[in-house]
Amino acid sequence: MAERLLEVNDLKVRFATEDGIVRAVDGISFELERGKVLGIVGESGSGKSVTAMTLMGLTRGVNAGFEGEVLYKGTDLLKVSDRAMQGYRGNELGMIFQDPMTSLNPVYRIGEQIVEAIQSHERVDKRTARSRTIELLRQVGIPNPETRVDDFPHQFSGGMRQRAMIAMALSCNPSVLIADEPTTALDVTIQAQIVELVSRLKDDFDSAVIFITHDLGVIADIADEIIVMYAGRVVERGTKRDVFYDPQMPYTWGLLGSIPRLDRPRPERLHTIEGMPPSLINPPEGCKFRPRCPHAFEKCKQEPGLENRVETPGHLDRCWLDVEFKRDHRDETISGGSVEAA
Amino acid sequence: MTVLEQTAQTGETPLLEIHHVKKYFPIRTGVLQREVARVHAVDDVTFAVRAGETLGLVGESGCGKSTLGRTIVRLLEPTDGEIIFQGTPIQSLRTRRLRPLRREMQMVFQDPYASLNPRKRVGTIVSDPMRIHDLGSRSEQKRRVGEILETVGLSPEHYNRFPHEFSGGQRQRIGIARALALRPKLIIADEPVSALDVSIQSQMLNLLEDLQNEFNLTYIFIAHDLGVVRHVSDRIAVMYLGKIVELSPAEELYTRPIMPYTEALLSAVPIPDPDLAEKRERIVLEGDVPSPINPPSGCRFHPRCRYATDVCQQIEPPLVDYGNGHLAACHHPLNVDQETLQRVEVAQEHTPAAADESAMPEDTSGHSNPSVAPTTRDTRSS
Repeated sequence: MAERLLEVNDLKVRFATEDGIVRAVDGISFELERGKVLGIVGESGSGKSVTAMTLMGLTRGVNAGFEGEVLYKGTDLLKVSDRAMQGYRGNELGMIFQDPMTSLNPVYRIGEQIVEAIQSHERVDKRTARSRTIELLRQVGIPNPETRVDDFPHQFSGGMRQRAMIAMALSCNPSVLIADEPTTALDVTIQAQIVELVSRLKDDFDSAVIFITHDLGVIADIADEIIVMYAGRVVERGTKRDVFYDPQMPYTWGLLGSIPRLDRPRPERLHTIEGMPPSLINPPEGCKFRPRCPHAFEKCKQEPGLENRVETPGHLDRCWLDVEFKRDHRDETISGGSVEAA
Repeated sequence: MTVLEQTAQTGETPLLEIHHVKKYFPIRTGVLQREVARVHAVDDVTFAVRAGETLGLVGESGCGKSTLGRTIVRLLEPTDGEIIFQGTPIQSLRTRRLRPLRREMQMVFQDPYASLNPRKRVGTIVSDPMRIHDLGSRSEQKRRVGEILETVGLSPEHYNRFPHEFSGGQRQRIGIARALALRPKLIIADEPVSALDVSIQSQMLNLLEDLQNEFNLTYIFIAHDLGVVRHVSDRIAVMYLGKIVELSPAEELYTRPIMPYTEALLSAVPIPDPDLAEKRERIVLEGDVPSPINPPSGCRFHPRCRYATDVCQQIEPPLVDYGNGHLAACHHPLNVDQETLQRVEVAQEHTPAAADESAMPEDTSGHSNPSVAPTTRDTRSS
């Protein structure tokens, strides 16, 4: 069995705001082993980015409260000091942010920014750091890295900036790479390149990846395990095959059905998840997805626990509906009924 | 045969025609601000849009699709070419004469965070176009704003709120409401769903479809994702470095792409099915779109094309008609059978300059060949 790098146990993150307490993450647990890719999927405001930033220790502050454990190789990252956290950040856990346009400083050269990242984590001279930067840029597929290293961010295209961000995240050889919507701001062609790059680098650097996205299609290729988040909770969790071929949560069906698919005939209308994600200050009672769920019934007023309800062990969901009923009815949502027609 | 003659024959005027439209941006340097180079953002684009149809305009960042959209409504001045809206050439109209026409064409912008003035209330944002065009009294305007907000799925109570109180999807609805305020005929939607979550994206696509049916709208729908445009488009134009490289009826583009660039764009669209995604051959395009300041010689796609040969470097392929209104500009067309290829070659010799004209939809009636079998043929060997 591969080395277990990360173990998150019932992590909860709350923020005190003027309007009340926001329960951004309300109990999430997972394990991550070396060489694996964990996909976290959900809409804006489902708590997926807060989870990622909490792992990196970036949500610490006077208004933030944490519960649970984040064990990295056995150490609880929630309990280490801010200073010690700096040693983990970059060296052990690297992060790629969503927006490559705003994550790089526009007035410093790309190379300077990566050299700075290396030097703040390791005692190396500038020459060594620079040659390592050039090597990193080559590894992430920047052409002519010897000259491009001295470019400013505005001289890079969106895709290249994201590559530079990945190079920076990898500069200190982290064991866990957290990619927070790394492809959302990019063209589909560039998106395909970046997904492939992340999956290749994971093997080259022998690390593990947490890939956060709102589009299940993006991770169909590379994820090993998938967590679906809604309103700060895990609503479904299982292997890639479980989630794509035997999804148990109507919310997952909705996410799958919303993607315009090229591998199927064009349906009359795209499926949508009506309404919007709930407020995290006053979440609805019972199942958080109930107000938007077309299959909700009386029992949904009590919140279902995250349990294994199907034959495959390890496939967990939060839904009261009968498994057979779900298997009979989910295709209406996922493929707009076109499967039945065929 | 000119476009106008064709139009006379079919008796239907397209809502919008553009002929050989070019938009170059000068690059100036030095004290004298001398022009040292030009960005060829849109380079000789010709097409027409029928009333009630949706034309999808697809391409990567930097291919000129947004510039083209803005040039059509004359937010940018075209460098050259003709833009004919409802039979009136508008490329050189003065502002005063242009204004009434502006009422008929509106834009929806990509970024719902940047395209709404944060200091104005929703009611003002949506009623401003009516105020500018002096439509109705204050109270009528207010009533109409309420109606429009309801049409796009918001509530009239949102009238006095500010944009920051809304989510991304709701803001995009406000943007659409603003575009609808003047009851336009043509809406140019510039990546209206790219910034949204997939779940919200599908709501927005359905909304645009409903509005089209309700108000008989014509759309030019700009996007970089071929999966998204398939849902809304009747025809799709694929742009690369300022040029249209393929133009086709929507479904045909997906079953029978002719241009290798289209094939690559299609293969980049993620498929939410692990088995299919694994089996599928991904054509990952290397690198980015080249600079439009010095576009590559010959076929502009040749440095990234896996079928490219010598001829692609030297000669720019014209946009030719492969039948059924399916046009493509490629020396090594994919999915074209021998018969069509020969017919196309013969036709090309006779009318080399006429190729662009067939980007007009009317032309399809002339020499359509709808029963082209989707036989794949590798033309590299020929």
